[in-house]
Amino acid sequence: MTLLRIILIRLLTTAITLFGVAIIVFVVIRVVPGNPIAMMLPPGATDADIARLQAQYGFDKSIFQQFVIWLGNVTQGDFGTSISLRQPVSDLVLGRLPATLELSIIALTIAVIIGGTMALLGTRFRDTKGEAAVDVSAGMALSIPDFLWGLVLILLFGVFWPIFHISGRVSPSINIDFTTNFFLFEALMRLRFDVIADLIGHMFMPALALAIPLAAIIAQLLKQSLKETMHLDYVTLARTKGYGENHVIAREALPNAILPTLTLVGVQFTFLIGGTVIIERLFSYEGLGNMAIDAVINRDLPLIQGIVILFALLFTIVNLVVDMLYVVLNPKLRHA
Amino acid sequence: MKLSRRSLLKTSVAAAAFATVGLPAFANIDELVIAYNVNLPSWDPTVGLSAVNPTIQGFYQSVFDLYIPQNPDLSFGSGIITNYGWNDDNSAIWMDVREGVTWHNGDPLTAEDVAWSLARVANPDTGSPIQFIWGKITNIKANGNRVTADMPEFEPTFFKWMSFLTGYVMPKKYYEKVGAEGFEAAPIGTGPYMVEKFERNAFVRLKANENYWGGAPEFKTVTIKFVTDAASRVAEVESGNSHVTLEIPYEEFDRLKAKDGLDGTASPISDIGMIFLNDIEVMTDPNVRMAAAHAIDKQLIVDRLLSGYGVPIDTLQTPDYIAYDDSITVEFNPEKSKELLAASGYGPDNPVKFKIQTTKGFKPKDFEMVQAIVGLWRRVGIEAEIEVYEIAKHFELRAADQLAPAAFYNWGNSVGDPTTSTGFAMFGPSPHSVWDGEERFNSILPLWGEADEDKRIAGWKEVDRQIAENAEVIPLLQYVQPILHASGVQVTPHRSGALLPHLMTRA
Repeated sequence: MTLLRIILIRLLTTAITLFGVAIIVFVVIRVVPGNPIAMMLPPGATDADIARLQAQYGFDKSIFQQFVIWLGNVTQGDFGTSISLRQPVSDLVLGRLPATLELSIIALTIAVIIGGTMALLGTRFRDTKGEAAVDVSAGMALSIPDFLWGLVLILLFGVFWPIFHISGRVSPSINIDFTTNFFLFEALMRLRFDVIADLIGHMFMPALALAIPLAAIIAQLLKQSLKETMHLDYVTLARTKGYGENHVIAREALPNAILPTLTLVGVQFTFLIGGTVIIERLFSYEGLGNMAIDAVINRDLPLIQGIVILFALLFTIVNLVVDMLYVVLNPKLRHA
Repeated sequence: MKLSRRSLLKTSVAAAAFATVGLPAFANIDELVIAYNVNLPSWDPTVGLSAVNPTIQGFYQSVFDLYIPQNPDLSFGSGIITNYGWNDDNSAIWMDVREGVTWHNGDPLTAEDVAWSLARVANPDTGSPIQFIWGKITNIKANGNRVTADMPEFEPTFFKWMSFLTGYVMPKKYYEKVGAEGFEAAPIGTGPYMVEKFERNAFVRLKANENYWGGAPEFKTVTIKFVTDAASRVAEVESGNSHVTLEIPYEEFDRLKAKDGLDGTASPISDIGMIFLNDIEVMTDPNVRMAAAHAIDKQLIVDRLLSGYGVPIDTLQTPDYIAYDDSITVEFNPEKSKELLAASGYGPDNPVKFKIQTTKGFKPKDFEMVQAIVGLWRRVGIEAEIEVYEIAKHFELRAADQLAPAAFYNWGNSVGDPTTSTGFAMFGPSPHSVWDGEERFNSILPLWGEADEDKRIAGWKEVDRQIAENAEVIPLLQYVQPILHASGVQVTPHRSGALLPHLMTRA
């Protein structure tokens, strides 16, 4: 199967998945208790006022009619207007997406660095106290959820040793007019090191909180995979050629052992993006997850729909990219 | 690249220095930083859902002026409207507009601004949630510094609403020039602070309005961070990143205010906790309702659960409200509860059963309070099943008159008028009432348009007395708002619960 064919099939399944998600989210949020109109009723509202509000937001129609209208608008790029923020949903979610993406990518980077290092150390010192230390650390990291790591980090690096910012994404005192919402990327491009430092100062703790559990998973899986690879013939051959242990692990075993980890990292990355909902709230980070919580509290149906669809789109794109990478990195699949 | 121990050390030091760059230093307070508990969704204080959100009125009152301001003790002051009143037959109103006031862009405020602002929210198409009040005036005119309007149907609370939700003066000329979107992007008002920078869901930076008619505020720059998580707000103040915060757990408040460099104020605000009783099922039996009311030891709940931060109340009026009557009391008397239940055939061996709904975490210790109440009820022969719901479901059920026989809720009423407490909560046709009793409907109906103020207030007190005697609602307590702040800041709390930076000074 060619790479192009795989991409086309995945794009088709992505479209079907998104349609399914759209139906589910549209119906579910209208069936669960909590009517947005009831939340905005003024004290003296009459039945006519209630009817007027329902008509204004289209809630006087059946769910099917509402869905058809909404879907028709979505195909033209119109995701509706947020009830609570009174702005176009597409502007709001696309405005927040870069913040969440930057946070997730930094978190993933940290997780790969920490998890990879732990796996390499665990393999290098296998069957010693060093490996046991790696296993215990990974177990601890995994058994504590990310939001608790967040609280621990706030206490450590926000209160006792206050070197990082506790809340927000950028300091109010920073003077820069961003032209995009990819603040970190843009600051890097413009070589604004003061802004980069400030952004990292805000982003480090939430990113680390998100990264720690994922780092533990990477460490465990990659170490297991490396240990299995270390017994294979080609690795033994490399040893007999006189290569040192570090070279054997890094150059010979790692390229093959990394494939199962890569798939897992892709899947876990989507969970990591999901985890930003709580972490962004905890650190008052102005991302998509933080907005999602407000949208749910306010029963802002158009905004909830927009966010869920975008999350679903992100998940499918990440999975698609991982699949493509897997094909590219795995010669067996590439030449199949 | 070869990594030596020396290079590793250098890298580590550089990384630490890098991470520390840009952190705020708050040794002396030049720029006031407040960690606020909610986000600001919109800058237009007169339309949309956020306009009636009591928790964000502090932002609005920093940038805009209410027509008639309220002092920290909830008394009415002199603001953009300096004098006001009705004509002799109460069919028209007049208002005098303060002279010499300027908008943040330098334009002078005129009576035309006030007339336009009122006409705008009176128009149903504008989307003001309080249009049902503003729509009571017609033929709004500006003449010199006086604004007049007709009021075909007398509304005794009209001027009180000018201090309440959506009662803000908006800039006619500027708004018409920039439109709704332009105003959202760059709002201007006549208030003590001007918006300098606004990052949605992150912070707003305010600059002092040196020309403020009420005097320039002491802090020239104020940054308000939106920190919705209570633990993060505590950390913000404890670490010195913020100088002031509010709505933190009472236990944390007590712990932190005892620390060096921190201080705290805790004052009652206009929010109350209450239990709605829906006159369905067993709640149609007055003995059951009264037994439930007499079985609750409110002071015990305040002391044990809220660390003493709360004021027990027996009517929907707090002591600050105009219709408060301290002679109306509902005593804690479990023996009386048992007698009342026995009269209806219930007792500890044959308990009366019903459901009570509550939120969990929406207000401080809401669920825990209901748990304690259910425990107290159990002792006298009431077996209540707790159902936890989200606040959105509460609104939906209340609007549809489908609340459980008992439902915990909080009610805010910063103007302190009985219509906006007892009135809307207990008058059957109100979408916020679940009490349908005809007797209450008949007693409240004539009070809506009562022109004689003394008679009107006396009437509401009588309604409150009847409600208490019949236990048609169970008022629990007036909330106390904890405000934690750096010792270098003097905070003046406002009974409305709005945290106002222009009332803060250096200690």
